[in-house]
Amino acid sequence: MKTLQDILQPQNLVYTKPTLMNDRPMHYCPGCSHGMVHKMVAEIIEEMNLTDHTIGICPVGCAVFAYNYLDIDWIEAAHGRAPACASAVSRMWPGHLVFTYQGDGDFACIGTGESIHAMNRGENITIIFINNAIYGMTGGQMAPTTLMGMKTSTCPYGRRADLHGFPLKMTEIAATLEGTCYVTRQSVHNVAAIQRAKKAIRKAFTNSLEKRGTSLVEIVSTCNAGWKLSPVEANRWMEQHMFPFYPLGDLKDTTEQQ
Amino acid sequence: MSRNIGAIIVDTERCKGCGLCVEACPKGILTLATKKVNKKGYPYAVQTDEQQKCNGCASCGIVCPDGCISVYRVKEE
Repeated sequence: MKTLQDILQPQNLVYTKPTLMNDRPMHYCPGCSHGMVHKMVAEIIEEMNLTDHTIGICPVGCAVFAYNYLDIDWIEAAHGRAPACASAVSRMWPGHLVFTYQGDGDFACIGTGESIHAMNRGENITIIFINNAIYGMTGGQMAPTTLMGMKTSTCPYGRRADLHGFPLKMTEIAATLEGTCYVTRQSVHNVAAIQRAKKAIRKAFTNSLEKRGTSLVEIVSTCNAGWKLSPVEANRWMEQHMFPFYPLGDLKDTTEQQ
Repeated sequence: MSRNIGAIIVDTERCKGCGLCVEACPKGILTLATKKVNKKGYPYAVQTDEQQKCNGCASCGIVCPDGCISVYRVKEE
């Protein structure tokens, strides 16, 4: 029988917080999916040995302070303009990995123009798109990706087609563009999903480094505070309601053919 | 027969008590502290593993959004 002291030895360590992620406590609500994605990005950059050759572009939204948590180079872009900023950086520094980290308000609402045109030009960047169907930072207002009938603070009786229009599937739009090489939709609700998402982001980063075009990784995620559910219930709600409308999987992958 | 034995260390001051690790643990040996909170007022995750059920699968660590859990694993012959 091993004692606890025998097990808790440095040589037995199998999993811990990536060293790229610093000790500053994150401002996200308890159980927020952003934490998982931040950790994943940090792990991949560390594993690919790209710490000194990565430039991240922060959005406006909940992830606005992402530059506080990962010790890589970051630029804070104006609201929605992260893909435009990333285009410039990747053209100026072709040897670097450039990625944007955007929420649905940034990527699918105010920055739709920049997003679509950057993807259509086939800029060698990776876009990580966190879709939680709500504006988390400003207090849970309706987002373009809010589901039909979903209640938010600006549509308290549920989203209606006649009044609010229909949810926008940006990832499906991206898959139709010539400039994108890899478009996928993933989630982080359990261990298996996290591992699949990690694989997808790693593939997207590789595509960017090998100059194959734009890669888009949508992460369907939870906003338990905005949805007014507990973190565990929010994950269940997401599985029941978000996945039928936003099905997971690869939408486009031209990298196999090349 | 050899088997893996694991143990975890929770950074209790960083933990926000979201409970995702409690849900993810396949052995059901993680709980949130009762009547105990950290400096921010969150009930943190604790492992109650009297029968050494933990096999160090690291599910709790992987799902933790704040990276508070370090997982250790040894093989017992």
